[in-house]
Amino acid sequence: MPRNPLDGRGRLRVRGFDAGADDTAGAGVDADADDTSTATGATDRRRRAWARFRRDRAAVAGLVIIALMAALAVFARPVEVGGVVVQPFALAPYDPAASGVAPTYHPPSLAHPFGTDWAGRDVFSRVVYGGRYSLSIGVIAVAVALLVGVPLGAVAGYVGGWVDEAVMRVVDVLYAFPFLVLAIALVAVFGQGFWRLVGALVAVGWIGYARLVRGEVLSVAERDYVLAARALGVRDRRILARHVVPNAIAPVVVQATLNVGTVVLSAAALGFLGLGLQPGTAEWGSMLSAGRDTLVGGEWWVTVFPGLAIFLFVLSINLVGDGMRDALDPSVDADVDARRTREVR
Amino acid sequence: MSLRRYVLRRVLLTVPILLGVSVLTFGLVKLLPGTPVDYVLQFQESTPELRATLRAQYHLDEPIWRQYFLWLHDVLHLDFGERIASDGSVSAAVAERLPETLLLGGVALLIALLVGVPAGVVAAVRRGSLLDEGSRVAALAGIATPNFWLGLLLLLLFGVRLDLVPVIPPVAPPLAPESLAFLVLPAITLGTASAALFTRLTRSAVTEQLRREYVRAARARGLDERTVIVKHVLRNSLISVVTVAALQVAVLLDGAVVVERVFSWPGLGRLLVRAILQRDFPVVQAVVLLVATGVVFANLLADVLYAWLDPRITY
Repeated sequence: MPRNPLDGRGRLRVRGFDAGADDTAGAGVDADADDTSTATGATDRRRRAWARFRRDRAAVAGLVIIALMAALAVFARPVEVGGVVVQPFALAPYDPAASGVAPTYHPPSLAHPFGTDWAGRDVFSRVVYGGRYSLSIGVIAVAVALLVGVPLGAVAGYVGGWVDEAVMRVVDVLYAFPFLVLAIALVAVFGQGFWRLVGALVAVGWIGYARLVRGEVLSVAERDYVLAARALGVRDRRILARHVVPNAIAPVVVQATLNVGTVVLSAAALGFLGLGLQPGTAEWGSMLSAGRDTLVGGEWWVTVFPGLAIFLFVLSINLVGDGMRDALDPSVDADVDARRTREVR
Repeated sequence: MSLRRYVLRRVLLTVPILLGVSVLTFGLVKLLPGTPVDYVLQFQESTPELRATLRAQYHLDEPIWRQYFLWLHDVLHLDFGERIASDGSVSAAVAERLPETLLLGGVALLIALLVGVPAGVVAAVRRGSLLDEGSRVAALAGIATPNFWLGLLLLLLFGVRLDLVPVIPPVAPPLAPESLAFLVLPAITLGTASAALFTRLTRSAVTEQLRREYVRAARARGLDERTVIVKHVLRNSLISVVTVAALQVAVLLDGAVVVERVFSWPGLGRLLVRAILQRDFPVVQAVVLLVATGVVFANLLADVLYAWLDPRITY
């Protein structure tokens, strides 16, 4: 954000002018200078970013909610690996797949806080357990998409030439398909199931990172320290891995965090359409696919609680992502200025 | 580069993209297990003669590149073949559903702009106020709400509890009053996420413009604040909003797939989902190709609008 260098000195006072805003903008400049001028080395930068993140109460709240939901998902039912129980706790009172634990469509009660669904399954247990699907799909799909998109984008931006052309033309073509429509088409071809769903979301998701990283690399590769490294005879691969990518990665991290929310929403939408995991799975989106029919019958709890879980998780992810953006790059967005100057005051 | 040359170059750039889109759409079906003939015959036994006729109909005995060009030739003549799961041509089915989706998407975009832009302006002008904070929270919630859940909740509240609207679309022509009344809820559902985006975008664009010298100059000339905002700041801020509005086409089409299912809206999205469940792949191809082409042209429109609205941009 280019600021007017004349702000704060030689300023004309004009009636009707919002002088308060101008003063705080000045304070924002000082705070920024404080934040960045002495930052040396990656650890220091990370420590400062964390300090800024911690001051953002909304972001911290989001992080706490995500941690809670993740813990609930892990401890919902015991986890067995190869016949050995590695996690013995069961916070979910019932087996999410067990039908007939209570009469069908039992409204919320003490025994079943979220009621039961058409098969008499405990909705609370299903919502708690369902976090396993949504959270793991979100994290895994984004991680794999990063592993594909970041190297491709970095190499395309750094090498240029026909490599760049080839990668970016593929990206252009894929970019023409709306995220969900392409994911639906891929699920149609490859079939349903956890890993196929993840695969479809990765195939659609990597292009965003490739674009973003390429753009960042193009601008970072122009900097003096890259030129210096090259003049010293450092090999391209090392320059790219040690100097270019680390300096281009901050916006990617922010975008990836926010995309966990998008991916969870898309996976839930696919589940709602009956195209995600096997129907009947205790996944939040799939649980809503019967929602329309239950509305007319008045069984609102079957719809409200799984949707609330998705909403809460995606909201928290967005809070954390916004907080990370502010913390990693304090000068990126006008919104950020408003929030930060208020803290300075 | 003049604007005309830029537009021309940008239009030419869409040709390879559209070709790539068509290759991908064609190839998608080739990745399906089995051949189109198997799907038409539903993997049942049949006479060799029938099989041979069908193979000829789908050009399956030609080399794959010829199959592609034969398919592309038909597609360019808007011929997507016959439906598999039911009678009738694919083009007729798509042509019947397309206006419904355009209507839904258009109204949703309109709602999103009418809510998002004023909200963003107010938030920017009253920066740091309760209104600003409120719009921030509302926008965050709007982005995080799954559209199918929002749709179901709206149906539950207005359709079931308050009984204000029917739960299924009325049997009436698309522009009849009862049809338009039913359109309100799906359009709000579809437009909410875009409205949230427009709010944030307008807010940061207006905030940036308010810092500019010309705003100071306008105020110094004694213009009242309303004129400064509406005539000067808003006009400059809307450049990015208009561009992003064009880019929202992809988002709205994505949303339509889900929202149409929630409200039983007879549009392209429902056609697509049903076609996938029924393995009616020519319909899938047609819808996917149409949607992608729409997005390509929307992106083109966004770039051209941006260049045209802001003459300072050099490309």
